[in-house]
Amino acid sequence: MTSGSLVVPSYGRPRGVHPPPDYSGYRSTALRHPKKPLVLLPQRLTEVTGPLLGEELITPTDGDLTGQHDGEPQGQRIIVCGRVLDSDGRPVPDTLIEIWQTNAAGRYRHAREHHPAPLDPNFTGVGRAITDSGGNYRFITIQPGAYPWGNHYNAWRPAHIHFSLFGRAFTQRLVTQMYFPGDPLQPIDPIFNSVPDPKARERLIAQFDIGLTQPEWALGYRWDIVLRGRDATVFEGGPDFEGGEDQ
Amino acid sequence: MSEPITPSQTVGPFFAMRLPWPDGPFVVPEGTPGAVTIAGRVYDGAGNPIPDALIETWQADPEGRFAHQDDPRGASASGYRSFRGFGRCPTSPDGSYRIVTLKPGPLPCPEDPGGVAEAPHLDVSVFSRGMLDRVVTRMYFPDEAEANAADPVLSSLPEPGRRATLIAVPAPAPDGPGAPNGSPAAGGASAAGGAGGSVLRFDIHVQGDHETVFFDV
Ligand SMILES: [Fe+2]
Repeated sequence: MTSGSLVVPSYGRPRGVHPPPDYSGYRSTALRHPKKPLVLLPQRLTEVTGPLLGEELITPTDGDLTGQHDGEPQGQRIIVCGRVLDSDGRPVPDTLIEIWQTNAAGRYRHAREHHPAPLDPNFTGVGRAITDSGGNYRFITIQPGAYPWGNHYNAWRPAHIHFSLFGRAFTQRLVTQMYFPGDPLQPIDPIFNSVPDPKARERLIAQFDIGLTQPEWALGYRWDIVLRGRDATVFEGGPDFEGGEDQ
Repeated sequence: MSEPITPSQTVGPFFAMRLPWPDGPFVVPEGTPGAVTIAGRVYDGAGNPIPDALIETWQADPEGRFAHQDDPRGASASGYRSFRGFGRCPTSPDGSYRIVTLKPGPLPCPEDPGGVAEAPHLDVSVFSRGMLDRVVTRMYFPDEAEANAADPVLSSLPEPGRRATLIAVPAPAPDGPGAPNGSPAAGGASAAGGAGGSVLRFDIHVQGDHETVFFDV
């Protein structure tokens, strides 16, 4: 830092990537989205920093959702791994990932879950991992099931795993869902289809990977997650409010 | 080189399986001298409490610094070792949440490091079922009238009349008479409040006549 200047990164503001706050196909958005225009917040110190939560939160079984109980859970064993990158292609190391999902029958272990599918005493459905120095993460789990929900008549969610990521900055925080290839429920799921760009939607779908698949043991899926990228910028005069889509 | 980013999806109704931590609301341990409890409720566009939201807060330490590689000034010399900067609290059935923290210091502005500072504030994210992406707001402190008046964000809102939605209000001790709306911090803030910490109330209206100012960050 030189005197008289304070160099902080700036993160591009993605346009047209995230779902709109108000999406009529997903009824619960109606009363839960701001109606006033969002106010552009210049990215200053609070926004370009963020919690760096680490190993102290991780226990040895957190990355293996099939190994958290005495017995093996029911269902298809899968390996889900990939890289966390920023939009400049740089790996995001040492960042916390939190996941939660249904069991093989499509049931969450949660008090407000009413789907009459069986619970599995050997599956909780929650995991945590920290990316390594190359931004890599890995979970062992079971294939989650589809489940019904009350959004409309005969509504079913495609199989998915919920992911929560921090990145290195408040601007990079992301909560999303990973889907599976070839799921016939995706084209009729309002949450999946709330993402306006079909290409962006595809980025929510993991790829089956025979190379990751372990013989006699588990299917492999690869899913890379891309967070907002950054440029170091010296603020002089006016702040650079508008970034390009991926600048 | 330029990778397209991954879209957001809703946190859904079942995040409580994973995301809340037992000590999540404690940016500093309960009973820390000078701790302030921030308590409030989250409301939807019909004025009903949102019982399945998740609040996250991020802020500087009391000297206005971040233990982070992108704070070019570096961490505070004094360290604040028990200070995490980050708070996380799911809302209760009555829509209430609370965070126990230390008041952050003011921050220099990168645009003008020797000049106008940002008033003490927390960045606040709200996640919930029915939100396809988080919404982001800021919380400012009621005892900082002068700093708030000079704050570059508060002083340049397109609708100055909504500025008050970003400033917490002093709250009576939750155990005492006159606790607002039947004690928004029920079951939570009393310990910190009772231990001498002050309590601030910060309600968040996602939509409606009192809609909180939300930011494009
Ligand atoms: Fe789900």
